[in-house]
Amino acid sequence: MAQMTMIQAITDALRTELKNDENVLVFGEDVGQNGGVFRATEGLQAEFGEDRVFDTPLAESGIGGLAIGLSTQGFRPVPEIQFFGFVYEVMDSISGQMARMRYRSGNTMHAPVTIRSPFGGGVHTPEMHADSLEGLMAQQPGLKVVIPSNPYDAKGLLISSIRDNDPVIFLEHMKLYRSFRDEVPEEAYEVELGKAKVAREGNDVTLIAYGAMVQASVKAAEELEKDGVSAEVVDLRTISPLDIDTIVESVKKTGRVVVVQEAQRQAGIASQIVAEIQERAILHLEAPVLRVAAPDTVYAFTQAEEVWLPNHNDIVEKVNDVINF
Amino acid sequence: MTKHTELGLSEEEVLDMYRIMLTARRVDERMWLLNRAGKIPFVVSCQGQEVQQVAASFALNREKDYTAPYYRDVGVVLALGMSIKELMLQAFAKAEDPNSGGRQMPGHFGSRKLRMLTGSSPVTTQVPHAVGVGLACQMNNDDAIAFVTLGEGSSNQGDFHEGANFAAVHKLPVIIMVENNQYAISVALNEQVACEKISDRAIGYGMHGETVDGNDPFAVYRSVKQAADRAREGSGPTLIEAVSYRLTPHSSDDDDRTYRSEEEVKQAKEKDGLISFREYLIAHNILTEENEKEMEQTIKSLIDEATDYADAAPYASPDTLFDGVYQ
Repeated sequence: MAQMTMIQAITDALRTELKNDENVLVFGEDVGQNGGVFRATEGLQAEFGEDRVFDTPLAESGIGGLAIGLSTQGFRPVPEIQFFGFVYEVMDSISGQMARMRYRSGNTMHAPVTIRSPFGGGVHTPEMHADSLEGLMAQQPGLKVVIPSNPYDAKGLLISSIRDNDPVIFLEHMKLYRSFRDEVPEEAYEVELGKAKVAREGNDVTLIAYGAMVQASVKAAEELEKDGVSAEVVDLRTISPLDIDTIVESVKKTGRVVVVQEAQRQAGIASQIVAEIQERAILHLEAPVLRVAAPDTVYAFTQAEEVWLPNHNDIVEKVNDVINF
Repeated sequence: MTKHTELGLSEEEVLDMYRIMLTARRVDERMWLLNRAGKIPFVVSCQGQEVQQVAASFALNREKDYTAPYYRDVGVVLALGMSIKELMLQAFAKAEDPNSGGRQMPGHFGSRKLRMLTGSSPVTTQVPHAVGVGLACQMNNDDAIAFVTLGEGSSNQGDFHEGANFAAVHKLPVIIMVENNQYAISVALNEQVACEKISDRAIGYGMHGETVDGNDPFAVYRSVKQAADRAREGSGPTLIEAVSYRLTPHSSDDDDRTYRSEEEVKQAKEKDGLISFREYLIAHNILTEENEKEMEQTIKSLIDEATDYADAAPYASPDTLFDGVYQ
């Protein structure tokens, strides 16, 4: 076992799959010689050659279209979109094309593409470089949307995504890239898509989160413990399809829920989870399900970022509301 | 030397080309009748473009090459081996339609068996897809090429630029054929582009470009054949503009009298490539009164049969709603 940051675990997953399957291709803007603007693909071109790890022109829609064409011929493209805020340039390729290839071809064609992209706030990058746009992706049937919260899951989830026969949007929170290390096995392993994980067990309240908000939730849980409140943290890991069973199981145990998302409040994943909980477990609830989310503005400018982003204090506050309801 | 022998085309081949062009025209005409009779929901027509579609397809290796046709390409898909029955099944949007099982608009062709990518409604998405297939051919050391078509209106989309640029940078075996029919639904060519020819854009990508008369099957065949040869020998992509005219309204829901004169359409009909090709074949005794009559009758009976079959075929069951969303 090695100690790895999340970015190292991601590079390791790419290396593992480039080695395991000659049909895996890595491409995008600056991913070749430069190794990616966040160094996620560092050393891969030197190791696997320019045919399998290559730079593309600055053209996101073209990158998406290229990946689709390649995937119909048996390749497993793993393109990078440099910042997820640039996804609007490639929305048609993702939501209009690759997500629907299987459906509209009557199951005769499919697009096993894994799009990797950094996203998320807290590193002082302004709008278009920090936006949480996973909700847009989760609304598209045919896509899977995966967001790891730690290095171990990042490697296993990325390997599973590349091996999956449907298109996967794999979102990497920038703040998690180098914020801590984890034990990461050197061999290939999969973490199943569509399965949440109980990151911390508890009995009084359930915190449901993903990405960087898992850490914020764990930190909140640790503080709550000092006040005698036992909080369970569910790390979704995949936001589409959602692991409703794990969510409902936890809700039935605690009867109180706070859903945490970094994205703006309006029409987000948290709203979906609240709806699912009230449809499936309303009689188990002791209080309304509350949300912690960012305000409904464009991503904040740097001076307002700390105010804008949800943090562990916001979570503790909402937990107290559901406990004292 | 005649025009066809000069290109190495036999009498059988040119007659076969004509038969497929005529089939495309007759299928299209039937679809309009079926639409007006309330039998099928929508038609988007190939009329006026059959000559270039079929001539270009014959210049490909139809056993091996990949295509990404656009919604007017009835001539292309017939030349590649799609049957009249299959065309009718997609027009009726029936479950047995091999293109999409009735899940897409008509004219959105796709067939794994015929190495034809599935297309979709936002125009020009097929260009970068075909470029991806071209890259796959290059990486697999497969000497197949990717042939992609689009309308001249589509050549203004970002995907045209992004795909063409990538194909040129990597010298990919791709042929991009713009079927310039003069109109993007209602917008005439001079309001779509400022350049004299769509093929003028090729130089900007660093690829070979040329404009040919889309009503001249020999000019189109020569141009696509040369492009295919260049692509196979590693000299990269080509942009071909085939110029003709859209003889029908954009679709069965469009009224073209609001944006072009009947006189203009009438004049274009006189230049219909199907007429001049027929005259050529008659002049060279390839098409005779006798075999023409037989050809028309055979096509008609195949269309009748296909229409009856598709009309009677079942629609997709709502039970299949979730099929193909995920594996």
